[in-house]
Amino acid sequence: MGIKFSLLSVIALMAAVFVGVKVAGLHYFFGVVVPYAALATFLVGFIYRVLLWARSPVPFNITTTSGQQQSLPWVKQNKLDNPSTTAGTIGRMALEVLFFRSLFRNTKYEYHEGPKLRYQWEKWLWIFGLLFHYSFLVIFLRHLRFFAEPVPGFVHSLEGLDGMLQVGLPGLYITNLIFIAAVTFLFLRRVVVPQVRYISLPSDYFPLFLLFFLGVTGIIMRYFSKVDVVKVKELALGIVTFNPVVPSGIGVLFYMHFFLLCVLLAYFPFSKLMHLGGVFLSPTRNMPNDPRMRRHVNPWNYPVKVHTYEEYEDDFREKMIEAGLPVEKESK
Amino acid sequence: MAKVPKPNELVFDYNPPQKWWMDTKPEFRPGTWCYPGKAKNAEVLGLPNPREWSPLDEDWKLPSNWKEIIFEGMRDCLNKYRSLRVFMDICVRCGACSDKCHFYIGSGDPKNMPVLRGELLRSVYRKDFTLAGKIMGRIAGARELNEEVVKEWFYYFFQCTECRRCSVFCPYGIDTAEITIMGRELLNLLGVNIDWVLGPAANCYLNGNHLGIQPHAFKDMIEFFVEEIEAVNGIRIEPTFNRKGAEVLFITPSGDVFADPGTYTLMGYLMLFHEIGLDYTWSTYASEGGNFGLFTNHDTMKKLNAKMYAEAERLGVKYIIGGECGHMWRVIQQYMDTMNGPADFLEVPRSPITGTVFDNAKSTKMIHIVEFTADLIRNGKLKLDPSRNDHLRVTYHDSCNPARAMGFFDEPRYVIKNVCNNFWDMPPNCIREQTFCCGSGSGLNTDEFMEMRMRGGLPRANAVKHVHDKHGVNMLSCICAIDRAVLPPLMDYWVPDVDVTGVHELVGNAIVMEGETERTTDLRGNPLEGMEDMSDEDL
Amino acid sequence: MGLEQFLAGDKPALARAWFDLILGTYPPETSALLQKDKNQFANPVGYTLSQSLSGIIDEMLGGFDHEKVLPLVDQVVRVRAIQDFSPAQAVGFVFLLKKIVRNRAEEGIREKRVSPNEVLAFESKIDQLALMAFNVYTGCREKLYELRVNEVKNRTFRLLQRASLIAEIPEQDTQLKNGKDSIT
Repeated sequence: MGIKFSLLSVIALMAAVFVGVKVAGLHYFFGVVVPYAALATFLVGFIYRVLLWARSPVPFNITTTSGQQQSLPWVKQNKLDNPSTTAGTIGRMALEVLFFRSLFRNTKYEYHEGPKLRYQWEKWLWIFGLLFHYSFLVIFLRHLRFFAEPVPGFVHSLEGLDGMLQVGLPGLYITNLIFIAAVTFLFLRRVVVPQVRYISLPSDYFPLFLLFFLGVTGIIMRYFSKVDVVKVKELALGIVTFNPVVPSGIGVLFYMHFFLLCVLLAYFPFSKLMHLGGVFLSPTRNMPNDPRMRRHVNPWNYPVKVHTYEEYEDDFREKMIEAGLPVEKESK
Repeated sequence: MAKVPKPNELVFDYNPPQKWWMDTKPEFRPGTWCYPGKAKNAEVLGLPNPREWSPLDEDWKLPSNWKEIIFEGMRDCLNKYRSLRVFMDICVRCGACSDKCHFYIGSGDPKNMPVLRGELLRSVYRKDFTLAGKIMGRIAGARELNEEVVKEWFYYFFQCTECRRCSVFCPYGIDTAEITIMGRELLNLLGVNIDWVLGPAANCYLNGNHLGIQPHAFKDMIEFFVEEIEAVNGIRIEPTFNRKGAEVLFITPSGDVFADPGTYTLMGYLMLFHEIGLDYTWSTYASEGGNFGLFTNHDTMKKLNAKMYAEAERLGVKYIIGGECGHMWRVIQQYMDTMNGPADFLEVPRSPITGTVFDNAKSTKMIHIVEFTADLIRNGKLKLDPSRNDHLRVTYHDSCNPARAMGFFDEPRYVIKNVCNNFWDMPPNCIREQTFCCGSGSGLNTDEFMEMRMRGGLPRANAVKHVHDKHGVNMLSCICAIDRAVLPPLMDYWVPDVDVTGVHELVGNAIVMEGETERTTDLRGNPLEGMEDMSDEDL
Repeated sequence: MGLEQFLAGDKPALARAWFDLILGTYPPETSALLQKDKNQFANPVGYTLSQSLSGIIDEMLGGFDHEKVLPLVDQVVRVRAIQDFSPAQAVGFVFLLKKIVRNRAEEGIREKRVSPNEVLAFESKIDQLALMAFNVYTGCREKLYELRVNEVKNRTFRLLQRASLIAEIPEQDTQLKNGKDSIT
């Protein structure tokens, strides 16, 4: 569902840039107006969404416990999968956010013919998920060289590390390859695995295409159809210093690349991509499993009508007395 | 030969044309849905729109402004529960959960994939609460709320046992149980619910327990087990009821009082408490540990749960011990203190026998009988003869709620290993936090749902079959009253030679009581190993 | 023994073809799950199916020992008996084997390595298999209803017993106990 629609949307977006820049000459629009609008949408949208989440309280401690609880002193607790302290919870969240702990759990043991227990790898999703997110992060950080002057030291070392293969000129970045491979994997998985295909929405394909073409335009610019990096940096610095300039002579490819990024930013707060923020607020993961130790307070806790003992005894008093059960009042 | 019609053409409709899930409707076949809630039960609980209706009818007699009710209800839930807000927004449909659901594994119905169960609600949320859904409609995964959607919700939210297995695997911790709970909350606003949940909840509300057993009968039943114990080992136990000033209030699911094999577990409790001389009392008012309100809505859960603390306060006990039950412990662990606490009138639980202070329950002041017993055994306070369970080859089913809402794994295993000589765990991806549900939890343990229960229970039964074939396991132990009620038929269908027991039945068998006569049978009257001849003579 | 030998040359493919045809009786998203892996615990339906089918094929091409075939048929039918199938669909998977055998035998007949009569004889075996499946299916459905009845009975058995609503004749009592034991 929606593969074609998503693909065509992304292509249409790129075509719009092509027409806009090449034919209509809307350099200022695509180079300054759109980026500011996108950035504003992203920031406002992201913060709004997070505030919306945060405004709803967490009425109950509904931790999902994935290991032995803190119990009697001689029972060994699994402090990371079932933390009872803040430190443990931070550890659990760190594993979750940095290493996708829960997804890693997606392992299977299996018995093949014979009694031998074998371990089956069900970790492709985990691996490619990790590769995708980390390569994206590195690529993002590398791009800081366009937005900062002087370029921070860590960006240089990152570039050095990323380009350590020293293949080609300009040097090939490993993360570029990984990024494209990972996005391709995530897409193929959606198409090939029938269950995943069945549950996929256009909003699952759209960001993948967006990211794919974002990567592809970037790669083309770097390795094949070179753009004037100095001018690009001039434009980028202009934006971050609120002193926008649009140097002439930057190829349309750059504008496509830049526009896709803007679309990604603007789309972000309205989409599932918000899992970036949501993972930190997930109540099954971000609380210690301690509700029997420390009372969790529900801000909207209101009284409900209960059937009191007195009402109960009124209903059954005679029978209770007859059965020798103690009662509060001997008779009505 | 080529002229003969191909045999498969005679029998099968081949793969139905693949339709997108928004375009398919559930088929209400017998065995896949539960009978609707009766008006009288809804009235007792003060639930909206009490009426007689049937899912098979075209008209479900929803209130005329039902759409408004759902939207209002959804808004209300979104404002009350961050879980719902976050879970509605952040699912990326990675599919990690898809094959983790026992109902999906057993039935193959794609809408039993946790992710799609969530999408059933999410699609409506998108349409009415998100900009993208309002503008883009289907493209954004949004759909119009109509009666067909309500019917689909009923079908699939009452095909989820709220076991939370999928939540363990979700990279964002999305908990389908939470989504099902919200779905049922909304359905209840329209009076769409099932009687197997409403009936017990109404009974529990008025009479103290699910079956509606009156106080004198409750006492009578427990005294009946006193006689049965006396027949086994000659010890006369004298339990007390509604007694003020006892140190401990004991609450267990009423299923243990009325249905085998839970009754034998109850005998185990009685024997244990008698042997250690615990100063405790039963209550007929709070005679139900289970809480079918959890499967109805928030208010009903709170109503029913309120009895525990209220009764503890009235009787002036120091703390509460809870029996072996699954969802009861989810409520106690994650809801009770918050809803009906703080229990300032109670004290931090301290075992009078070992002196152990249960700091892990210092706020809620209720401890699990298995932790209590584990502590007794650890401190050498019980005389045990595990050979009395030698006729049993035991495995252990981690009941969903103690597993994934508490992390209660090693305590029961410690107890079992001390009272049994033959214990084998099932394979690693079927136990502990990855345990498979019995397939009948969350109020779906009714007989008209039997087909679906057999499907949902297949992954569990299949793992039991494995240890049965490999190690000759003949007894499946558990710490959940619903398990004890539903695993026997499940075993009977899939692995007929395996029986079901609570952990404290095993304790009851093994505990050496002061002054007891030599036992020739276990609590069920089955001969002990080496005693086969003796018990024949008895008869 | 021409046909059996002829077919035995490619047993795994035979079982696989049968398995695939049976998967075709499930909706596509479902068959994808069933065939995804042969994991005994994560995918019990697919695993049971593939294991039992190859077992049945072995027997069909070998001794056709009823004692051995029955549990295998049982495993397959027990699952299908509680899934969304009509009775015909639940046991009809057996006949899918005919399709496969006919297809394969055609070549053998053409090459005169197999006589058509052998095919007919083999199909009679498949018919026997179908009757077995029918028995198992009926047994399973009866079991389901028995479970339902027992569950209702067991829910109140103790109560009735206590309320002396059940006759306390000793023999009766032990019978009840035995009956009860089979429930639990």
